[in-house]
Amino acid sequence: MTVTNGKEELEAQFTQWREYVRRRPELQSSDADELEDHLRDSVDELVALGLKPDEAFLIAVKRMGGLDELSREFAREHSERLWKQLVFTGDPADSVKKIRSRQDLIAMLICAAGAAVSIKVPGLFGLRFEDSDTFYATNFSLFTLPWLAAFLAWRRQAGARLCAVLVALFALGAAGANIYPLDEDSQSVNLVGTHLPIALWLVVGLAYVSDELRSSRRRMDFIRFSGEWFVYLVLIALGGGVLTVFLTGTFKAIGLDSGEFISEWLLPCGAMAAIVVAGWLVEAKQGVIENIAPVLTRLFTPLFAVVLLAFLVAIGVNGRGIDINRETLMMFDLLLAVVLGLLLYSISARDPLAPRGTFDVLQLVLVVSALVIDALVLLMMAGRIAEYGGTPNKMAALGENIVLLVNLAWSAWLLLRFVRRRGGFPAIERWQTSYLAVYAVWMWAVVLILPPVFGYQ
Amino acid sequence: MRVTKDLVAASATPIVLGILAEGESYGYAILRRISDLSGGQLDWTEGFLYPLLHRLERLGHVESSWQTVTGERRRKYYRVTTQGMAELAEQHHQWETVVEALKQIWPNIGDLRPLTFPLEGNA
Repeated sequence: MTVTNGKEELEAQFTQWREYVRRRPELQSSDADELEDHLRDSVDELVALGLKPDEAFLIAVKRMGGLDELSREFAREHSERLWKQLVFTGDPADSVKKIRSRQDLIAMLICAAGAAVSIKVPGLFGLRFEDSDTFYATNFSLFTLPWLAAFLAWRRQAGARLCAVLVALFALGAAGANIYPLDEDSQSVNLVGTHLPIALWLVVGLAYVSDELRSSRRRMDFIRFSGEWFVYLVLIALGGGVLTVFLTGTFKAIGLDSGEFISEWLLPCGAMAAIVVAGWLVEAKQGVIENIAPVLTRLFTPLFAVVLLAFLVAIGVNGRGIDINRETLMMFDLLLAVVLGLLLYSISARDPLAPRGTFDVLQLVLVVSALVIDALVLLMMAGRIAEYGGTPNKMAALGENIVLLVNLAWSAWLLLRFVRRRGGFPAIERWQTSYLAVYAVWMWAVVLILPPVFGYQ
Repeated sequence: MRVTKDLVAASATPIVLGILAEGESYGYAILRRISDLSGGQLDWTEGFLYPLLHRLERLGHVESSWQTVTGERRRKYYRVTTQGMAELAEQHHQWETVVEALKQIWPNIGDLRPLTFPLEGNA
């Protein structure tokens, strides 16, 4: 150790001390300031008595008592701080953060208003909701997701190149939704309506990861973001439902029918805005409260594993084949997606350095049983397509199935290696985050390539 | 001699309000003042004083602001409010009653000994 300027060393000690204090949720930054000021007074006094600064610091800290005890006393007075507050009551002392969150709020309001207005713009040109089924079914995501992407891109101060790419991709989506002559009853309309939002959501992901496109950690953050966004959206939808019920009821009591207002304004505009607001909420509360999606996966991974195992056992005992039609195939696709979701969100919440546990084994059981079930389904499906020929729906369902199957199969292999201590956990994470590109390619393929291939059926 | 916890807790509010009634002050100075007033007998910890100040602030008895007095660091100063003065007056009244009563049953404070019965006493 070299002898340094006593004053500098003291400042370093104060910085370190602040770091410790900062980790206490009970102590806000204004408390830390106040306590630091107190500590400095103590040190000054001790130095005046003839102590060296570092000695004075030690004694002053010791006199203040353990941080544990100090935070306990503070917690007794400020118990609300342990219930972490959401954005609306940010730490008042932290002015930089406050300005930032205000700017975020304003930007979000602009984007949400933009989304809410956008959905009504086609109405000006005579495209009413009830007249045109195909237009709104295929285009609805184009009214809101660009606004969410814009908000995220603004927040991350994305470069001009990325912005250009985003605009181009959304334009491509708009083209895909509108250039093909799709019939109202055609299967392709449904396909575009369900696949385009997911394709565009991955474009939102591009805005989310911004310039760190190749960073596996950033992509994983986007997966976390998606899960939390979904949870928030569901909560907002529930709240919206309650609002609608009261709106209908109260106006009915005075003899006014609010039905048209709700279906023409509240529902469409509210839904579009909610998608942006949910994104803002996730961004704003990031790190403020625990993520809920991983908690749900913890709860449901064992339950799903049990159900899938029971299903396999039932097939084995009864010897019954699975009755394959479009609905069941879709259901099994969704099942795979849910299993994948369970896997993804437990991965997203897992400490990469934590040792293997029973939960990892449970996950392996879940994934393997889903794989076995899906292999059975695929086998029968292939037979049917060979027999009757394909339709856009079958092709899309089959493609999804294969995309998910490949992902889960390799995940199962990586999980097995991990559980048997042959491989590391980061390999699983990297596999999942790289695979996002495959989803994007498949979704765009369904939107852009499938309809013409099947003659716009 | 150590003042018991209960007594410290009961006297904390009037002491702090009393000190702040003399003029606005900050945490460290308040602790020093209490120590001086009691000849070092009342030794409050930071973990006691600051949450107390925050509670008084929440109740509206004191208000605080970050100020920079020339030549010194930026500090969080506390000052007593009108409501706090009323509270202090009320507490003062209650304490007078207690002290008055104590004085009457302890005629010679500092001269207390266990009561002894002369008949049994052989000292």
